[in-house]
Amino acid sequence: MSALRREDVAHVALLARLTLSDEELDLFTGQLAQVLEHASDVAALDLEGVEATAHPFGLVNVVRRDEPQPTLDRDEILAMAPDAEDGRFAVPRILGEDQ
Amino acid sequence: MRSASEIARDVREGASSAQREVEIALGAIRERNDELNVFLYVDESGARAAAQRVDDAIARGDEVGPLAGVPVALKDNLCQRGIPTTCASRILEGWRPPYSATVVDRLLDAGAIPMGKTNMDEFAMGSSTETSAFGPTRNPLDPTRVPGGSSGGSAAAVAANMTPLALGSDTGGSIRQPAALCGIVGVKPTYGLVSRYGLIAFASSLDQIGPLTRTVADAALLLEVIAGHDPRDSTSLPEPAPALRGHVEDGVAGRRIGVVRELIDGADADVVASVDRAVEVLRAAGAEVVPFSIPELRLGLSAYYLIAPAEASSNLARFDGVRYGLRVDGDDVAAMNEATRTAGFGAEVKRRIMLGTYALSAGYYDAYYGQALKVRTQMIEAFRRAYREVDLLVGATTPTVAFPFGSKTANPMSMYLSDVFTIPTNLAGEAAISVPFGVGENGLAVGVQLLGPGRSEATLLAAGRVLELAEGRS
Amino acid sequence: MTLSEGWEMVVGLEVHTELKTRTKMFCGCPNEFGAPPNTHVCPVCLGLPGSLPVLNERAVELAMAIGLALHCTIAPSTFHRKNYFYPDMPKDFQISQYDRPINANGYLDLIDHSRVRIERAHLEEDTGKSTHLGGSGRLHGADHSLVDYNRSGVPLVEIVSAPDIRSSAQARDYASELRAILIATGASDGRMEEGSMRVDANVSVRRADAPFGTRCEIKNLNSLRSLQRAIDYEAARQVALLESGGVVRQETRHWDEARGVTATMRVKEEADDYRYFREPDLVDLAPDAAWVERVRSGLGPLPAERRAALLTLVGEVSEAQLDVVATVVDAGLDAIVRGAIERGVDPSLALSRAANELAPDQGSITREGFAETLLMEQRGDLSATQSKAVLATLVDTGGDPHAIAADRGFERLSSDSLEGVVGDIIDQHPDEWGRYREGDDKLAQFFVGLVMKATRGQADGKAVIAALSARRG
Ligand SMILES: [Mg+2]
Ligand SMILES: [Zn+2]
Repeated sequence: MSALRREDVAHVALLARLTLSDEELDLFTGQLAQVLEHASDVAALDLEGVEATAHPFGLVNVVRRDEPQPTLDRDEILAMAPDAEDGRFAVPRILGEDQ
Repeated sequence: MRSASEIARDVREGASSAQREVEIALGAIRERNDELNVFLYVDESGARAAAQRVDDAIARGDEVGPLAGVPVALKDNLCQRGIPTTCASRILEGWRPPYSATVVDRLLDAGAIPMGKTNMDEFAMGSSTETSAFGPTRNPLDPTRVPGGSSGGSAAAVAANMTPLALGSDTGGSIRQPAALCGIVGVKPTYGLVSRYGLIAFASSLDQIGPLTRTVADAALLLEVIAGHDPRDSTSLPEPAPALRGHVEDGVAGRRIGVVRELIDGADADVVASVDRAVEVLRAAGAEVVPFSIPELRLGLSAYYLIAPAEASSNLARFDGVRYGLRVDGDDVAAMNEATRTAGFGAEVKRRIMLGTYALSAGYYDAYYGQALKVRTQMIEAFRRAYREVDLLVGATTPTVAFPFGSKTANPMSMYLSDVFTIPTNLAGEAAISVPFGVGENGLAVGVQLLGPGRSEATLLAAGRVLELAEGRS
Repeated sequence: MTLSEGWEMVVGLEVHTELKTRTKMFCGCPNEFGAPPNTHVCPVCLGLPGSLPVLNERAVELAMAIGLALHCTIAPSTFHRKNYFYPDMPKDFQISQYDRPINANGYLDLIDHSRVRIERAHLEEDTGKSTHLGGSGRLHGADHSLVDYNRSGVPLVEIVSAPDIRSSAQARDYASELRAILIATGASDGRMEEGSMRVDANVSVRRADAPFGTRCEIKNLNSLRSLQRAIDYEAARQVALLESGGVVRQETRHWDEARGVTATMRVKEEADDYRYFREPDLVDLAPDAAWVERVRSGLGPLPAERRAALLTLVGEVSEAQLDVVATVVDAGLDAIVRGAIERGVDPSLALSRAANELAPDQGSITREGFAETLLMEQRGDLSATQSKAVLATLVDTGGDPHAIAADRGFERLSSDSLEGVVGDIIDQHPDEWGRYREGDDKLAQFFVGLVMKATRGQADGKAVIAALSARRG
């Protein structure tokens, strides 16, 4: 794996919705490169044919019955919102479109 | 100091009352909380009201649970209805969840008294409680040193005798490591044994809630109360809580225990000496103890620092300023999200979000995240092979005793290394316990770690009890 | 509409359908359209910290029913997180299926006997809904938005066709046949206007036998008609662009129904990196053979089969009647129509009365009530107008058609009294009668209307016309 570049970190910050100052960008690039360097032992292994494990245990088909449960009180949830209007959560304008 | 079961017995039999126990805990908290910064929120009125309910029930002659009147501290990533829950982050400051975690409901059903929320590394990301947005917690054994983390506040609450019981969460060692550094017992249960519903996720496939207690018997008691199937957590094991209390005195006679080189190599001499002595104690108690090696464990740290941040990057996306918590205004919704997250998260959280985002992103997924999942498979298989030969494994919990503030904050990698012995258990979804054993440098506590396969809690607690007895603890 | 000489359009459709469960996909909140905002929400579908999803068994079964109806293979599947920020999406990721969908590799045969392959039909969750305030009420120009999470977490199945479609009419047939299947399986109500079935079209063009061109994805297709129009517009736009030396850019385009055009919505960006990974809060789905069989045995005959069964009874049909048969089947009225035909009702009458008077909802009418009414009409005991009125009452309240007819005073008008009424009306309108006699046929309806009014609908339109033309000589 090639070394982590400053622009990689900038791109990742964009995806993660974080703003980094120039100094933070330098600092984080160095620190993350160090972690990835440590992880190169994992990246370098030949694991062809090994199954990936996303879960420690092989439970399957965990489902619930299609039966209604209590809902939350609207006033309570809107009271914890930074901004609400007309029974709904209010946000600044949305640029771009529905995906 | 009485154990939790002694307190519950006294309360039940009228030798004490829940209200009296709450006042004792509140007094202890008042005495040292300013100095140690253990609790982020103390729920005085809620605790008193809960105690009143327990006492009323006893007065009526109603059946009360096994933790009747026992104060318990909750790590601040566990939701309790109406009680501020912050994950020690600015982004959730002031948030009061409209619902409670399953473990909180179970504690209340058992008669326990939640006393408030304890400090932690922000979003459980750290090993020293120094990443808390609300200042670090100090180690009650030596206030110039860290209590470990991320459940540092819960460990300190028990170590400082504020509460006999505390709950923490363990994603890569966050219960066992602070337990070791604070000189108490910590259990990381089998993945799925304890419901995660209401635990604010760090890394969902690794997180488990578990007990931090002064004694092994208390750990068994608390774990019995919180364990067992929960239909609200799809990853919850299907069976009810195992019987644990009855097995604490089972001993280790006839058990085969492997001393794992990879869980000792690189530890400081005082830590190694404690593990050596623990081996002798286990042997004297009738266990067959054999040297053991599991080379795959050396890959644990790397795999963990790809998998956990990857899951975290997704779990923490929801903190976007729309529905709850902090909002910092922006011109449009994306700018608002970004301003909120930039102001609300601390440096360590940002580092891990970026690391995880990178490990999952197009072009890097296969080399990093995908590869780490395969290493995880190998780790699970290696443990499985090991447990065909031995019943349990033993090693150190942490490479060092409690370290001074600031000694590892400049270099994240050095901090990450303090979880090197605890991480493999999380990756494999298995169980482990840290028991205080021996004395290290500067009179500080050392933790010895016992590891077992999934659902081996009863055996682990019994082995931990053997070490505890040898130390002359109750 | 056809493309200019030498060009071919290549279309694939992605259809999202909401499933008709009682509760949402991962929580017990009601799955119900039209409730006051943010009243059907809980920690899970609001994405509150610490909440966890648990899969709805019924959603899985409806997804399997769709897969079986589309001849898919039902395979062990997994859930993934699709990560992107959007205020309608409370966790800022969508739980969806990615490389291992529950249903894959099926097909759908259309009425014209063409076959469109189905690549996959996977489960996923819906988002909330925002309203844009200020400006035009549309997204652009709004100054802020309000979010309602009632729809958040409603179960969806996304059905992705192969790029096998070659005309807008075929696309329309595909969507309409798929809609019929979704309704027939009970998986969805197929209401495009309410958004319970949403169609996106991937459109590209190529010269005959050339490799596939760059495609654009068209959104906001709220009816079968707009689907067809949008595809035609888009294909023509791409051909014109290519013929003038331009290139098609891969993008998402919005169908503007009022202006009849597609317009750029968003260009594929570098920031589109969804970082799919396995949803760690859910376990795998691996339906065993018994579960699949249980779902299969609950499936009734599908629309194509039901249309065929009906057509066998009807016999020779016109093109227009084929549509009527489809409408009857889609509305689930085929059994009632078959019952009437079996009791001797003329097939065309049964079809047209069912399609026009009963669809989309037969309400309280019974098979007997329907057949009996049409037999009365066929015997001449009821005029067409009276028969329709009786049917309307049966749909609303049910009951006995004879009693209803008697109650409303629907008695058969004797031919003598009809003659009398027609004569009176002609006398009262000599000018119109004159023009009619001279060949102005349009005036027939004028007289029928007056006769109907005078007889309070008791007369039969056809009998009136017969009487008029007999007098004209
Ligand atoms: Mg989709
Ligand atoms: Zn819900």
